Amino acid sequence: MPVVVGLWCVAGFIAIAAVAIAIGRFSRASALIYGASLLVSLAALAFGLQHLIGAGFPDMVDYPLGVPGIGAHFRLDALSAFFLVVINLGGAAASLYAIGYGRHEIAPLRVLPFFPAYLGGMNLVLLADDAFSFLVAWEFMSLTSWALVLANHRAPENVRAGYIYLVMAGFGTLSLLLAFGLLAGPDGSYAFESIRASHPVPFVAALTLLLTLLGAGSKAGLVPLHVWLPLAHPAAPSHVSALMSGVMTKVAVYGFIRIAFDLLGEPVWWWSLIVLAIGAITAVIGILYALMQRDIKRLLAYSTVENIGIVFIGLGLALAFRANKMELPAALALTAALFHVLNHSLYKSLLFFGAGAVLTATGKRSLEDLGGLIHRMPNTAIVVLIGCAAISALPPLNGFVSEWMIFQAILVGPQLPQWGLRFMVPTVGALLALSAALTAACFVKAYGVMFLGRPRTPAAEAATDADRFSLSAMFILAAFCFCAGVLPGLVIDILAPVAQSLLGARMPVQVHLPFSLAWASILPIAESRSSYNGFIILAFLVISGTFTAMFIHRFATRATRRSAIWDCGYPDPSVATQYSSSSFVMPIRRVFGATVFDVRRSLDMPRPGETRPGSFHLKVWDPVWRYFYGPVARLVLRSATVLNQLQFLTIRRYLTLVFATLILLLMVVAAWR
Amino acid sequence: MALMAEIAAQAVQMLLVLAIAPLMLGITRKVKARLLRRIGPPIWQPYLDLWKLMHKEAVLAHNASWLYRTAPYLVFAATWVAAALVPTYATNLMFSWSADLIAIVALLGTGRFALALAGMDVGTAFGGIGSSREMLIASLAEPAMLLVVFTVALIAGTTQLSVIAETFIGGVGVRVSLGLALLAFVFIAVAENARIPIDNPATHLELTMVHEAMVLEYSGRHLAMIEAAAALKLMLYFSLLACLFFPFGMATKDQSEIALAIGLGSYLAKLVVLAALLPIGETAVAKMRVFRYPIFLGSAFAAAALAVFLLFVSRGGL
Repeated sequence: MPVVVGLWCVAGFIAIAAVAIAIGRFSRASALIYGASLLVSLAALAFGLQHLIGAGFPDMVDYPLGVPGIGAHFRLDALSAFFLVVINLGGAAASLYAIGYGRHEIAPLRVLPFFPAYLGGMNLVLLADDAFSFLVAWEFMSLTSWALVLANHRAPENVRAGYIYLVMAGFGTLSLLLAFGLLAGPDGSYAFESIRASHPVPFVAALTLLLTLLGAGSKAGLVPLHVWLPLAHPAAPSHVSALMSGVMTKVAVYGFIRIAFDLLGEPVWWWSLIVLAIGAITAVIGILYALMQRDIKRLLAYSTVENIGIVFIGLGLALAFRANKMELPAALALTAALFHVLNHSLYKSLLFFGAGAVLTATGKRSLEDLGGLIHRMPNTAIVVLIGCAAISALPPLNGFVSEWMIFQAILVGPQLPQWGLRFMVPTVGALLALSAALTAACFVKAYGVMFLGRPRTPAAEAATDADRFSLSAMFILAAFCFCAGVLPGLVIDILAPVAQSLLGARMPVQVHLPFSLAWASILPIAESRSSYNGFIILAFLVISGTFTAMFIHRFATRATRRSAIWDCGYPDPSVATQYSSSSFVMPIRRVFGATVFDVRRSLDMPRPGETRPGSFHLKVWDPVWRYFYGPVARLVLRSATVLNQLQFLTIRRYLTLVFATLILLLMVVAAWR
Repeated sequence: MALMAEIAAQAVQMLLVLAIAPLMLGITRKVKARLLRRIGPPIWQPYLDLWKLMHKEAVLAHNASWLYRTAPYLVFAATWVAAALVPTYATNLMFSWSADLIAIVALLGTGRFALALAGMDVGTAFGGIGSSREMLIASLAEPAMLLVVFTVALIAGTTQLSVIAETFIGGVGVRVSLGLALLAFVFIAVAENARIPIDNPATHLELTMVHEAMVLEYSGRHLAMIEAAAALKLMLYFSLLACLFFPFGMATKDQSEIALAIGLGSYLAKLVVLAALLPIGETAVAKMRVFRYPIFLGSAFAAAALAVFLLFVSRGGL
């Protein structure tokens, strides 16, 4: 009974949370709680992986819990097993990291009980097999993470972040609630099993898809519902930020895949237009805003928005191909999206851990206060460099593989019969290429300003490297990034059951015996003649690089002299003359400025002869606040003011209102029949 | 034995591109000098420069990190591998399947990532300005380049360079989309190789410079590696241009000695023509301001996007 094992893991997490409430005040409790979370995560990880590799059959169990007549259904299939792997890999890494990192927590009781509960909630979402359990688990996950966002509740910006997160999470759950209501139909069959068997009329199905996009998209961070991510993710402690950004957004992706690919049945082609357009816009907007950030954790949160956009591009392509009965390209696109889900969970967790290590060492989150950390935090510098290279989609690391696969899926696009898609797919391809290139710029900036150059503050100068536990968590994730990039065929083969169960087709078998030179190369679709081999590329790079270095050291010279910085003969001792985060992105801000950013600058230049200092202020706003949320908030406020009068009526008027409503409803019912 | 021969062929290709890359740079400089009515250095001058730099001691700033010292080798290795994977005189080289055109573009990205980081390592204003502008140019040029890749891939039905070259040798007729892609490719190549009007490889100490500012602190063998990588990159773009748009003469199915000799001869001839054409174009235009780059690269992007749209609406995909 595999699914019961999964439920035991959830129960384990809840039990740890209960224990944490009891013993949280003791100083040793943190290591114990995180250690226990690590063990349970590893168990759930092993269990998910075993189901995925063994390609086991879906396993179900019902309990007479919850709403009478519905009960609680739980199910484990390939899709949930894959997401179990992703989530518990992130969860295990975060727990390991927190054994060291959690020691610095100021108020441990505000974090310790919620952390395992949060992990349990995410696991439960994946196992739920009816709308009721799904929404309860989803809301549990939202609320525990909200509590974690408010771990440091004295900072006013955290309170604001928590408020906005709560509003957005409530909105998302409401949308999902309505989506499930539509799916369940008039009979109210809330079990996924009966939803799968029913076939909603196209209009209802489309409405459900839109509601799912709103519900799952608000959790995942699709533009324009992304605004809470850059506020809430940085507010939490760094290991929780890693979970929220690297892992919880994946639960949202799971929710979307579960409804759009599993429950809704056959898609209609124009659905994919919406998903593709939103995905592409999210990718480009996310990375452009990530570029503009000075706060490292906000930068990472915006970059999560971008990566979610890339995942949705893959999902949109899969929907488009599936609607046209092109199973093989659909399997390619879906596998690419899932691969990207895995990749993003690996490197985003790694980068948030790195940001946490820097935050612990220096107390600074702003890039403008850092610099030169490669000398003071050498181990952290190495793993963060791997994370930055992986997220920038550089071969031979893993980020490149999933983007390569999405590009290959885009190149199948001209076979799509609909004209709308034929215009949309190349546009999406161009935007994806743009966002990939901007990602590299973004992470050159982040790494360069944070770890390279000269220290910009005394705090950065006095930094020391992270502790053993944090470092080992980061090294493990970096190793996964590396392996998934060098041997992508293994990952693709492990993902095959997911595509098989959802689409009835899979990518060609990548890793097959006998062993040959072509062993590790990946093929997108058997008929297409494109291939990529991360292993050979790595071998080539290593051999040619070391060969050249050895050749020069042996036959030319290896003499080295240390000297002062040259800088064209005019080195300036002031560290302020270095390029900073804002100056690095200034050209890009100017290029895209007029269209994408809401930039407010104020320049105060003293006249010649005046002795007061000049000043320059720059504030980059997300225009979605001004043009989308501002009007919405004003509308809500205005209608609340109008409706407020209802609060102060006499009893007679209330009775009149009640009576009128009753009559109205009865008339509606009469007209309906 | 067949395996050994294939490995040997791949090794020959790797050494060939490395051996003639500085020569192409030399020819370019010589032609440019003659166009400016200077005598100019001999065409083998880049070899002498590299030799001299390699034997000089490397001067490092006190705060230079390990990244600063390893980046030149990484840049060189990435560029060399990318250059070696472009079919030059023959298709179907042994490792050509291990990386397609998208991977080659991305490998150049790996090199650029390392170099841009190295530019920021010492913490100078010049290094920062170079890195910042290099990444600006890359973020505008790379999408355009990928659209060019899409264009040729959609015509040939694959992103594999060998197959693309063979398809094009087989004849695909005159196509508007290929013409647009060629235009875009030339623009991108000029920008990526830091040539006029985007950048001026011959200047130092000028605030408009990009690539040279980024590598300003480098000296000795590290600088030699970076210069060699720059020569290889130019060579790679020449090879790509020849392979994608003028693939005639290349040895394909028939790998006999005569076919290989014809392939090699025509390849070298194409390179020399391109190396001579580049400075002619460079002397005809003036260097651009930094904030005009988006117009230049945006037109490349627009041309490539138009080519892709034409293909998407007119034919089937892979």
